[in-house]
Amino acid sequence: MNTETMTVDAPKASSPGMQKNRPIEEIKSVVIRFVGDSGDGMQLTGNEFSKAVARAGHDFATHPDYPSEIRAPTGTLFGVSGYQIQFSSGQVFTSGDTPDVLVAMNPAALKTNLSDVKHGGMIIANSGAFNKVNLEKAGYQSNPLEDGTLTDFRLYSIDISEFTTQALKDTGIAKKEIGRCKNYYALGLMLCLYSRPLESEEENIRAKFAKKPEIAEANVIALRAGYAYAESTEMFVSTYQVRAADIPPGRYRSITGNHAAALGFAAASELANVPLFLGSYPITPATDILQELSALKHFNITTFQAEDEIAGICSAIGAAYGGVLGLTTTSGPGMALKTEALGLAVMLELPLVITNVQRGGPSTGLPTKVEQSDLLQAVYGRNGECPIPVIAARSPADCFECAIEAFRIAVKYMTPVIFLSDGGIGNAAEPWRIPDPATLPRLDVKFRTDPEGFQPYARDANLARAWVRPGTPGMEHRVGGLEKNYLTGNISHDPINHERMVAVRAAKVAGVAEDIPPLTVEGPDSGDLLIVGWGSTYGSIVQAREAAVLAGKSVAHVHLRHLNPLPDDLGEIMSRYKAVLVPELNLGQLSKLLRERYLRDVIVMSKMQGKMFKVSEIHDRILELC
Amino acid sequence: MNQMTEIKPLTRKDFESDQDVRWCPGCGDYALLAQVQKLLPTLGIPRENFAFISGIGCSSRFPYYMETYGMHSIHGRAPAIASGLKLARPDLSVWVVSGDGDSLAIGGNHFIHAMRRNIGLKMILLNNRIYGLTKGQYSPTSEFGKKTKTTPLGSIDRPFSPVSVALGAGATFVARTVDSDHPHLLETLKRAAEHPGTAFVEVLQNCVVFNDGAYNALSDRESRADARILLEHGKPMRFGKDGNKGIRMRGFEPEVVTVGENGVTEADLMVHDETAANGGLAFFLSQFAAPLPVPLGVFRAVDSPVYETLNQQLAADARAHKGQGALDKLFNSGDTWTID
Repeated sequence: MNTETMTVDAPKASSPGMQKNRPIEEIKSVVIRFVGDSGDGMQLTGNEFSKAVARAGHDFATHPDYPSEIRAPTGTLFGVSGYQIQFSSGQVFTSGDTPDVLVAMNPAALKTNLSDVKHGGMIIANSGAFNKVNLEKAGYQSNPLEDGTLTDFRLYSIDISEFTTQALKDTGIAKKEIGRCKNYYALGLMLCLYSRPLESEEENIRAKFAKKPEIAEANVIALRAGYAYAESTEMFVSTYQVRAADIPPGRYRSITGNHAAALGFAAASELANVPLFLGSYPITPATDILQELSALKHFNITTFQAEDEIAGICSAIGAAYGGVLGLTTTSGPGMALKTEALGLAVMLELPLVITNVQRGGPSTGLPTKVEQSDLLQAVYGRNGECPIPVIAARSPADCFECAIEAFRIAVKYMTPVIFLSDGGIGNAAEPWRIPDPATLPRLDVKFRTDPEGFQPYARDANLARAWVRPGTPGMEHRVGGLEKNYLTGNISHDPINHERMVAVRAAKVAGVAEDIPPLTVEGPDSGDLLIVGWGSTYGSIVQAREAAVLAGKSVAHVHLRHLNPLPDDLGEIMSRYKAVLVPELNLGQLSKLLRERYLRDVIVMSKMQGKMFKVSEIHDRILELC
Repeated sequence: MNQMTEIKPLTRKDFESDQDVRWCPGCGDYALLAQVQKLLPTLGIPRENFAFISGIGCSSRFPYYMETYGMHSIHGRAPAIASGLKLARPDLSVWVVSGDGDSLAIGGNHFIHAMRRNIGLKMILLNNRIYGLTKGQYSPTSEFGKKTKTTPLGSIDRPFSPVSVALGAGATFVARTVDSDHPHLLETLKRAAEHPGTAFVEVLQNCVVFNDGAYNALSDRESRADARILLEHGKPMRFGKDGNKGIRMRGFEPEVVTVGENGVTEADLMVHDETAANGGLAFFLSQFAAPLPVPLGVFRAVDSPVYETLNQQLAADARAHKGQGALDKLFNSGDTWTID
């Protein structure tokens, strides 16, 4: 699908990546996976490569895949860390199903990733690491670089370890430090192979290692050595060029989902002109949001690394009571711990945003892997009738908009809102078209200051009660977790009052549906199949559907941001198709919600491997169904 | 609204809410409520700037009876909620009212971290050494061997001393008082209110229904002089009906001595120092057990940077260094590129 190639004549020289006497193959898109030990710096290499790709104007999507151990024993299968990127001259929605190129820094990395590589794809292996010890650790009886294992691939066996050592032998830096430079050698090699210039990368290195100039120099030398090797060696028959993508004009940056969420929360605070308070406890894969916001103290942002998950949300509730935007961020197990406090926030009717960057569960589960299995927890997982609006982001950049949307709902309806992201988009990057802050809609926040006729639980047309900042004279009042009187908020055990309060809390959250814009359906208005998706499955579904349409299939796609309440128009849309397919990284949680709400069957497509759907998996399922 | 700012002095009546107080008749919590309502009008803080946060338990009904801002939250979490509130709103006077189960069992983690951070919270722990609201189970402060509904054969749990826990967690102000001695209670609360960081006050409180008489020795006017020692900064540690008993150190062990007997003079007695940089003395006092008297008063009151002040300073420094945050600059930071 993404590997149509054509050979073009050597183009005009435009970069140091220009090859002498060597053809440049122009390709539409390419998927590259960098794999090595978790100490080999593969995340850095991948990240830097993605920046180079971004600067060239490509659309791209990345997928970092790393173990939950910080630095597992070297050379082991479980210590392999990877970073995959797809970049293209067209639109990119996923990091790609099958790598066209695998850069393997040791035998374990090759062993754990080989089965994913495209048949006939390119393998660049650091032969220096394929020694007896490492081969044994990876469970190889003989050296796969030499025994014919890789005959179906284009193998480039390069002693990156040795060449890096050679290049740095005169620098005087320690042997251990030299060992750490080989990822830059590999990066240099790949930059040359994909016709990217070195200068910006050298700037990045010098900025990154500003405090250790000798290390910066060593890395620059390694980078150049890798580049020079690729340029001069006879080994590579051709180098490759991907044309810039046809994407809307504007200023872009590469952004991960967690970073985009942090920017969105900062924006929500500015747009509301209300300070932001984040109470949080570090947990993979959500920690980045806490880290990003902690660096923004020059905004009206306070971050509080609490003693535990419960204190994270409780401090945010206290802050919200004080009249600021309360936020807490977490992942699955932390979400479980916050459950009781979520109920309190529902009773208090204060604005609060809870971000769950979902990971594999249950319990500690798969901390660094993607899953969408906390949806029912978000919608239902509390004691009592405890409704909370739930929204989910579809891509890294979409986290920015969802962060703002979550607070918009929270302040308008005086309610906690759960924002679901996941490990797949939280750490993955894609280009983000930088918005002009002046064009972002303001968040309308009004604090009540008029004590005349004030009742703490009196409601407006949206059924929201007033937000009153402590410190406002004449409006002293008490709130709490006990059931409260419909108007005064005082404790009430009256049976009819309780029923009325349960109903009004439910009606308030159901009313959020009025704010949901009409759904966008990609594809035919009616037909054989509608795919209903939510969250990070977006990219895979889009590409799978497009391929199916090219194959003549009548298939449409609608992707949900709002999961509680569901959009009002979804039922009618579903009714126009013969079948509904719901791909989810769980056992069918949205499917359950849809069946319950619309009393029609849907086809569950489930995957529970800690991995995103491959485009081909969804595509194949579509072809089976229509 | 009335903009005439002729400030009428507040009275305790101003702090009484319209809610019926629902504690058992004779409960020690009434004493705290009365003394707090007496204290607050004297602090020079507008009524609307007080917020009372509580957890769950008999004592945690406290905010409902105060005509201030308040929140009756969930079990054990009041310190965390109050921390968020105080950080978001350093201008408020934030009080936490809690019990022995709320603070030291389910909320133990929040309790110790509030103590260590030194956020400007006034934290009152009503210690009745029993679970009242659930009708009589033992608590983390119940005595070893105590028979309750869940320890019919006697408790095998060793109890916490709340003052020791607070000191061990690094609290900068720690005091103990008793519900029955209203002037001492009021004075102790006043000292807590004046402390800029976290101020912790343990109130020994009688539960008339499930643990009646737990502090009889301290409330009985005849016996209390011998059962308690009132800590006074810079003063020798004397107590007793006639004021002639005292605490003397023998090695690392305290002993009760009588001034004027066996050659003991006042110069032999320990002298209380609540400001000692080393918390050892305060902790030592917090471990007093019979036959030593129960220390009441301020164990420790030391100056230490206050969390919310440091937090505001960090923000001010960041603004001085980077300028007030602007979204446009933030969005466009890092590696950007332009597509024409």
